[in-house]
Amino acid sequence: MLAFVLRRIVQSAAVMAVVALIAFALFNFTGDPVASMVGPEATLEERARLRTELGLDRPFWIQFGHFVGNAAQGEFGRSLRQGRKVSALLKERLPATLELSLVAAMLALVVGIPLGVYTALRRNTWLSQLLLAGSLIGVSLPTFLIGILLILVFAVILGWLPSFGRGDTVALGWWTTGLLTASGLKALILPAITLSLFQMTLIMRLVRAEMLEVLRTDYIKFARARGLSDRTIHFGHALKNTLVPVITITGLQLGAIIAFAIITETVFQWPGMGLLFIQAVNFADIPVMAAYLCFIALVFVTLNLIVDLLYYAVDPRLRIERAAAH
Amino acid sequence: MPLLDIEGLTVEFGTEAAPFVAVDRVDLGIEAGEIVGVVGESGSGKSVTALALMGLIDFPGRVTARRMAFAGRDLLQLSERERRALVGKDIAMIFQDPLASLNPCFTVAFQLMETLRVHGNERERGSSKLRRARALELLQQVEIPDAGARLNAYPHQLSGGMAQRVMIAMAIACNPKLLIADEPSTALDVTVQAQILALLTNLQKDRGMALLLITHDLAVVAETAQRVVVMYAGQQVETGPVPGLFEAPRHPYTQALLAALPEHNLERARLTAIAGMVPGQHNRPSGCLLSPRCAYATPRCRAEQPMLEGDAARRVRCFFPLDASGHPTRGWRPDSVPALG
Repeated sequence: MLAFVLRRIVQSAAVMAVVALIAFALFNFTGDPVASMVGPEATLEERARLRTELGLDRPFWIQFGHFVGNAAQGEFGRSLRQGRKVSALLKERLPATLELSLVAAMLALVVGIPLGVYTALRRNTWLSQLLLAGSLIGVSLPTFLIGILLILVFAVILGWLPSFGRGDTVALGWWTTGLLTASGLKALILPAITLSLFQMTLIMRLVRAEMLEVLRTDYIKFARARGLSDRTIHFGHALKNTLVPVITITGLQLGAIIAFAIITETVFQWPGMGLLFIQAVNFADIPVMAAYLCFIALVFVTLNLIVDLLYYAVDPRLRIERAAAH
Repeated sequence: MPLLDIEGLTVEFGTEAAPFVAVDRVDLGIEAGEIVGVVGESGSGKSVTALALMGLIDFPGRVTARRMAFAGRDLLQLSERERRALVGKDIAMIFQDPLASLNPCFTVAFQLMETLRVHGNERERGSSKLRRARALELLQQVEIPDAGARLNAYPHQLSGGMAQRVMIAMAIACNPKLLIADEPSTALDVTVQAQILALLTNLQKDRGMALLLITHDLAVVAETAQRVVVMYAGQQVETGPVPGLFEAPRHPYTQALLAALPEHNLERARLTAIAGMVPGQHNRPSGCLLSPRCAYATPRCRAEQPMLEGDAARRVRCFFPLDASGHPTRGWRPDSVPALG
């Protein structure tokens, strides 16, 4: 177990190092930073001095080492556009994105799993057919279109919910939350639905397919031959066996939700990291882009690790096999 | 009154217009404490018969019967709740592949105690301590070595033979009156097969329960059963007592099955086999279902379906049942067999 965790952590570190290299390359291969910092009338000496001051004359690997060392402490320099520290910018935007993503993920799970179970157990009802047809729409419509449609219906036509922003927030230390105010919650509804719709339909279809698979197995037949009730069989025996793939997909999709919140945040002008990133791209704000890249990679790597550990909790076979292997 | 009394059990799949008859008007009676063997090739409807009797045939399968009674209760009239209370308690069933039949996510103890929680007596339902003690006792009864340690094992940690013992322990947990064993030893090693069969017959004797033993292994039936039912393509072709049926088979199919046993082929270089396959949904012959594979088939066999005839002790479905010397009777003439081709 411990050896497995350590090995996964080393692998994760390797992935992070590669991502850091790419992020660092952004600085080096998108034009000379000195040229963009000084005016066109700066002399060669001035440029050389600045180059030495910034450490840009040192070898590539030493510069990279500095970058990684700073990044590990959360320092990515200053935003070229806003002049503030990138770490402070990210910290300010992080709560908005995380709250939106987690609420969307919860929504996807809480709605997706029961719907998946329902459509598997009651295959031939009209409601199942309707849900399956609807899920196709959820899987195939692009996020921005769903967002715009929701805004049109609920914000513009009905006027029930705000179409942009995060509402009022409450500060808990450095964390600002919109979950504690009415306007914050109201502002959260549309973006959360938009962001979760794809995952929700994906989870629903996955749970349904897995459930149908498991219901055909011998141990379900034997459970029925033991006279267990349908509820025990479906939710005790079958559902637990469907969870491994569901956890995998949900874990990876949570990363995707956080990363691809960019589009939803843009549509709803949600003040999160995605919006920050889009603005950074528009202004070629390299430090912000590099920091965002590293952050998203960290999220994915961490989630992968958590997913692997969760397998142990769900599937007893893995515990033994891995234990035997070490 | 027999413990189990089935008459005209039919199971159909597919559409109403073009049904596939998996089990065709099967009659089956089992007395309390009796061992009845059901033999036949794969696809002969043995397992489907058992599943129908357990009420486990799902839509779109259709089960009909003139009579289907267990211990005086009409199985056809049971509500789903009544069926669940009966099945797993008074009628228990074990399956062919023991490792696949235990849920991989739960321990042996959990699955055993779950059965007791649903079907156990009042004291067992109320106390998990008592259920655990019973689970241990059951594992000891099915002769699992180091039973205490096995309680917390997951199915994948068990060998096939041990998993089959666990499944038997679950089946006998509530002292069933009838145990249906569907190919209980087929998936196991030969040595383990013998142990499992010995265990089943011992439990049957000790508890006086009836045992319906479904198998394709005639030797197993010859050793254990008191009566045997031979099935072919969903129909009973011959029923009779052991060893009478084996000593003088009256149906050509039974004769061919016996001839295919390895111990009857000691001097031959190749084993005798029955040519061809059990007919499926789309290649049912119009006459006797065995006629394409039968060594004695006549034009009449190909045109008409024979009925199951005889008294309760011995019944056979053949126009020309075999005599004691193994030759067709009742006016069968070899020249009535047209040249193949």
